[in-house]
Amino acid sequence: MSQRKNDPTITWDTFAEGLWDNNPVFIMLLGMCPVLAVTNSAINALAMGLATTFVLVASGFLVSLLSKYIPKQVRIATYIVIIATFVTIIDYVIQAISLDLYNALGAFIQLIVVNCMILGRAEAYASKHRPVKSVVNALGMGAGFTIALLCLGGVRELLGAGALFGFDLFGPQFQPWVVMVLPPGGFLVLGAWLLLFDWLKQRKELKQPVVPGGQSNAA
Amino acid sequence: MSSAEQQVQRPQSSSLSMIMVLSGIAMLSGFLVVLVAQLTAPIIAENQRELIERALVQVIPGSITHREFRLLDGKISPADESTKGQSIYAGYAANGKLLGIAARAGAQGYADMIYLLYGYDPACECIRGFQVLKMAETPGLGDKIIKDANFQANFDALDARVDMQKMALVNPIITVKHGTKQHPWEIDAITGATISSKAVGKALNQSAQVLLPQLRPLLQQMRPSEEKP
Repeated sequence: MSQRKNDPTITWDTFAEGLWDNNPVFIMLLGMCPVLAVTNSAINALAMGLATTFVLVASGFLVSLLSKYIPKQVRIATYIVIIATFVTIIDYVIQAISLDLYNALGAFIQLIVVNCMILGRAEAYASKHRPVKSVVNALGMGAGFTIALLCLGGVRELLGAGALFGFDLFGPQFQPWVVMVLPPGGFLVLGAWLLLFDWLKQRKELKQPVVPGGQSNAA
Repeated sequence: MSSAEQQVQRPQSSSLSMIMVLSGIAMLSGFLVVLVAQLTAPIIAENQRELIERALVQVIPGSITHREFRLLDGKISPADESTKGQSIYAGYAANGKLLGIAARAGAQGYADMIYLLYGYDPACECIRGFQVLKMAETPGLGDKIIKDANFQANFDALDARVDMQKMALVNPIITVKHGTKQHPWEIDAITGATISSKAVGKALNQSAQVLLPQLRPLLQQMRPSEEKP
């Protein structure tokens, strides 16, 4: 009845898929709402990345564990309930850790529920693989998401406020580039990172020897 | 695999099994959420108490001890779990003298509502300061309302005299364009953070217009007789 792939082997690629080849932000362009909205400082980016990773890992585990009992007609509803459960849990946990951080992240913690990356991974990966493998893959995806958020948050805070993780780096004479911490800055920095990653990808593909009759990766 | 084969492999589940699975997951979900809510509730309450306590020390300068009261229908009573009404905090010096009162206020800012706690000094009939309890203003712009020293200087003694006949402030608190402040009840806005500055003025004005005329006659009740020197 289940479409579960029975290959239980966990390789480095199971984890690293989310770091580079299928990075949720830079390659798949998933979950753009928090990526653009909360990356105005590095600490917000890190907190959002970790919160999303927790939800990704916990929901991936539960979805994978229960997938053979879930009728396919109600699978999406079930996944959403599972994801919402862990989002509510992380919401309480962040409030308990620091109210300042909770206030800084605003509504975006609750909005993790509708992050399409999490539902996407539940449907495309967790429901088809064993729990441990799903957890390893979700950890990689979460790490990739967190790193991507940090890439944006770090650059935006550095240019827009002259600081990193709240520490002033350039002194009082630094004139901050305020647009970077505003919403347009999110698009600008994301665009710049995407440009860099695409350039790196193209350069890598050009260096690879062309195999006669082989399939090209180029999109 | 064709879709017909899939149909054979994954037969349509009955409504009953769908309801059972969804109910089961919902029950598990409810259990987990309640468990975490119960575990974190005391820690979150303590965090909120600390946040208010830290803010009270700032908005009622010199205060050592604080008490919470509740204001309902023009009557004030010490707060406990059963009392209803708006929270009003009183700050006392070491000798028990009432130094000031504090209340919450809120107004729409640039990104979201700005919630703040402000302190009122009955001796000078002025607002002595405010602390932001919750806001989502843009870092580097809107959050200057906390960090900007010139803006904070507006609240060293912001005039909030009460006209008891009209049951309102003598002069409404208003935020004015940067550099045009002329009166002690005006707030000099921050350039580049006008919306956030105006929100602070609006929150203070809305709350003070309603609360201060009610609270002035009640100040005596907040002075603890046993702590008087």
